[in-house]
Amino acid sequence: MIEEAVLQRVLSTALRTGGDFAEVFAEDRRSSSAVLDDGRVEEFTSGRDRGAGIRVIRGDTTGFAHTADLSEDGLRTAAEAAAAAARGGGGGVREVALTRRDVTRPHDVDVLPETVAKDRKVDLLRRADDAARSEASSVRQVSATYADSRRRILVANSDGLLAEDDQVRTRFFVQAVALGDTGMQTGFEGPGRTIGFEYFDEIPVEETAKAAAGRAVNMLKARPAPSGKLPVVLKKGAGGVLFHEACGHGLEADLVGRDASVFRGKVGEQVASPLVTLVDDGTYSREWGTYAIDDEGNPAQRNTLIENGVLTDYMWDHLRARKEGRSPSGNGRRQTYQYLPMVRMTNTFVLAGEDDPDEIIRQTEYGIYCVQLGGGSVNTATGDFVFGMTEAYMIENGEITDPVRAANLIGNGPETLRLIDAVGNDFDTWSGTCGKDGQSVPVSSGQPTLRVSAMTVGGTAA
Amino acid sequence: MTARSELLELAERIAGWARDGEQVEAYVARSRDTEVKVFDTDVESLSSAESEGVGVRVVVDGRQGFAYAGSLDPSVVEEVLGEARDNASFGTADEFNGLPVPDGVAAAQLDLYRDSLASFPTDEKVALAIQLDKATRAADARIRGLEATEYGDSIIESAVATSTGIRASNRRTVCSIYAEALAGEGTGTQTGYGYSVGRSADELDVDAAARDAAERATRLLGAKQPKSARVTILLEPRMTASLLGVLSSTLSGEAVLKGRSMFADRVGDDVSVPFVTLVDDPTDARAYGATPYDAEGLATRRNVLFDGGVLQGFLHNTYTGRRSASGSTGSAVRGGFKSTPGVGARALALDPGTKSLDELLAEVGDGLLVQSMQGLHSGVNPVSGDFSVGIEGLMVRGGALAEPVREATMASTLQRMLKDVVAVGGDVEWLPGGAAGVTLVLRDVTISGN
Repeated sequence: MIEEAVLQRVLSTALRTGGDFAEVFAEDRRSSSAVLDDGRVEEFTSGRDRGAGIRVIRGDTTGFAHTADLSEDGLRTAAEAAAAAARGGGGGVREVALTRRDVTRPHDVDVLPETVAKDRKVDLLRRADDAARSEASSVRQVSATYADSRRRILVANSDGLLAEDDQVRTRFFVQAVALGDTGMQTGFEGPGRTIGFEYFDEIPVEETAKAAAGRAVNMLKARPAPSGKLPVVLKKGAGGVLFHEACGHGLEADLVGRDASVFRGKVGEQVASPLVTLVDDGTYSREWGTYAIDDEGNPAQRNTLIENGVLTDYMWDHLRARKEGRSPSGNGRRQTYQYLPMVRMTNTFVLAGEDDPDEIIRQTEYGIYCVQLGGGSVNTATGDFVFGMTEAYMIENGEITDPVRAANLIGNGPETLRLIDAVGNDFDTWSGTCGKDGQSVPVSSGQPTLRVSAMTVGGTAA
Repeated sequence: MTARSELLELAERIAGWARDGEQVEAYVARSRDTEVKVFDTDVESLSSAESEGVGVRVVVDGRQGFAYAGSLDPSVVEEVLGEARDNASFGTADEFNGLPVPDGVAAAQLDLYRDSLASFPTDEKVALAIQLDKATRAADARIRGLEATEYGDSIIESAVATSTGIRASNRRTVCSIYAEALAGEGTGTQTGYGYSVGRSADELDVDAAARDAAERATRLLGAKQPKSARVTILLEPRMTASLLGVLSSTLSGEAVLKGRSMFADRVGDDVSVPFVTLVDDPTDARAYGATPYDAEGLATRRNVLFDGGVLQGFLHNTYTGRRSASGSTGSAVRGGFKSTPGVGARALALDPGTKSLDELLAEVGDGLLVQSMQGLHSGVNPVSGDFSVGIEGLMVRGGALAEPVREATMASTLQRMLKDVVAVGGDVEWLPGGAAGVTLVLRDVTISGN
């Protein structure tokens, strides 16, 4: 993307005002997407974003500027702006020697989406529309989206690091609306993978469409969700977002460093039920949150955060690791070159336990069985979090009974982690988009079927 | 030549490249943004950058294609037009597709740009953020730190031109300060945020933002989970604005035409109570969403959605306006140059009542004042109307604010909430985002807790 000699000169310019550290992050992103809604392909969209973000760190201050101009002049202008923002006394001239880092890709991409004809992508949408509508006559509306992106990144910094990655992602999602006596209900399904067009050999669009449509139809029979404290069983894959919110964000070193996490100072302590082992694994082959290097050039890692309930470590980016004199954990990410990196999750998993998933349900006398969650959020300083159920059922006398309408569940992270009293021997993942401080990045979460002995369910029924 | 007309010239040039039988729209945008983050009264980061880009829409034989790029480089612009053209052949032919034509509505004269912000020195931006950090800490002895202290501003210019005769350009400035305070110690921690917004820095009120953040965090100290109950709730103005934001998605012509709105067949019906009148008026310069032109270059206008509780109609862009035969209401919105125009509200406001918060509290007697809602994106379904969010706030007892509560949810449905409005306060606040806030009192809302 940019010649090594140019990078070296730009980094020298960036350090001119006395910076301790300088970095060039360049990105060339091409994307294509197509939306079918209301039976019509509304449009096919192509996008191109290309540019570089330059940061200069001096003491505790970071200066940042970005440019869409990848010429040496453009990069130098941005470097000067970043250096001025991190202003210091005269720094003199510092030479930077770059060493290219070998990058091990977690897996291969078989079919680059840019090599696939647009009509084949559009055809997927029509197939999904047909499949969803044939699921039931009550399915009244279908929206399907095809999206691919290829993101080539380059990171060079004044520590001498030079690394590149080529990240290809593909996602297909379907939303269906069903109409019944009680009004409208919606169903959604949308797995994402860090692979190319081979995605559709593995996950046929019909499967995604039928799952979305079936969910909407099923919810037509839903009764109001209960109100109050109940045991909650989370089906494998469905509940990963609980851990993403209940403790994932609280284990991000930037929030910990700001004293804005209930998990601050808790390393080595029992913070969860001994049944819980939590990892954040950016190397997990083909998963939605996977990459070879993070957006600071560090290799993705599999990091154990909680082991048998004991907090073992936080997640780190360059800035916070540097402050603590330790190595980063490959969790520095940014939405695009226009943003500063910060600590982010990748694929956050609770590892499988030993319980039989069916037995977990049988041993629950009265509670909620969550099959799909729609997202959540957390206040890391207090630990209070919510997540929404988009497909859930009552459990009565150990049996799954009626579906219940959408509602949020609310809990407190540390408390909920201690109340996990059964962990199944199955496992699945869920793809999502994580928003933090105005930046969105693809992440996944995963977990076995498990039970929280009490959570507050935000429904309306007594 | 001003930068503004430079963008319009570029947009016109691209639109002029339309071939016979083809409609071309170019939307060109540029923004200059500064963001200062402070931690422990030191500058943590300072970002300053200009971004620009173009989105091109092509319609041929009723088929629409779109492409964008984050660059105004001449070679890139040509590539974008070529891609959009190619993409048009993959869309479904639809007789209602097509670019807008001028509809004769005059654009409001709005003064949304302040030269003083464009020339506001960076040092003073940093100083404002540090001042906010200090003021928040000084506001209450129980403030032990801040989770975030920020200053941000944007100078935004955009232009749209079409081969069908649309020409519009617009520029505006906005700046804001934001503080999120941490109160208390250890597990007793509570948070609260305060902010101030303006079109130029002299409109920012540091002390008010600091006081707000500190008061909201400290008054929640000691909060406990409440008992489950059905209660009357008072939504603080900023919570009401969030609720209006959710409601507005059900009032978009797009949701109606595509069978995703519960209000589709209900124009002329009583959907709320007689004292609820809801208007979207982007020509009102007090609204931060104010703009003379919508995202397709048509003049914005005042649209009445509920009048005395009766549903009047929906918001439309060119496509939904044509398809529903009601015409565009000047309500096209875009998420920047990277997307095609959707439909949305920009400046929603409820007609205010006359009562102050204290008067409303006295009237309610016993209830709950909601100061934060969590999970609007995950627990609210605008299609079915199901509404369930996590809340924090203060109990109301004997007409006065009482003990704080947390880890609770409030649940109802959008349909019911509109019917359960008991009062609209007189305390209008113009907020960032698409809606103004005002205290709203709702009866019979389910609170889940212990």
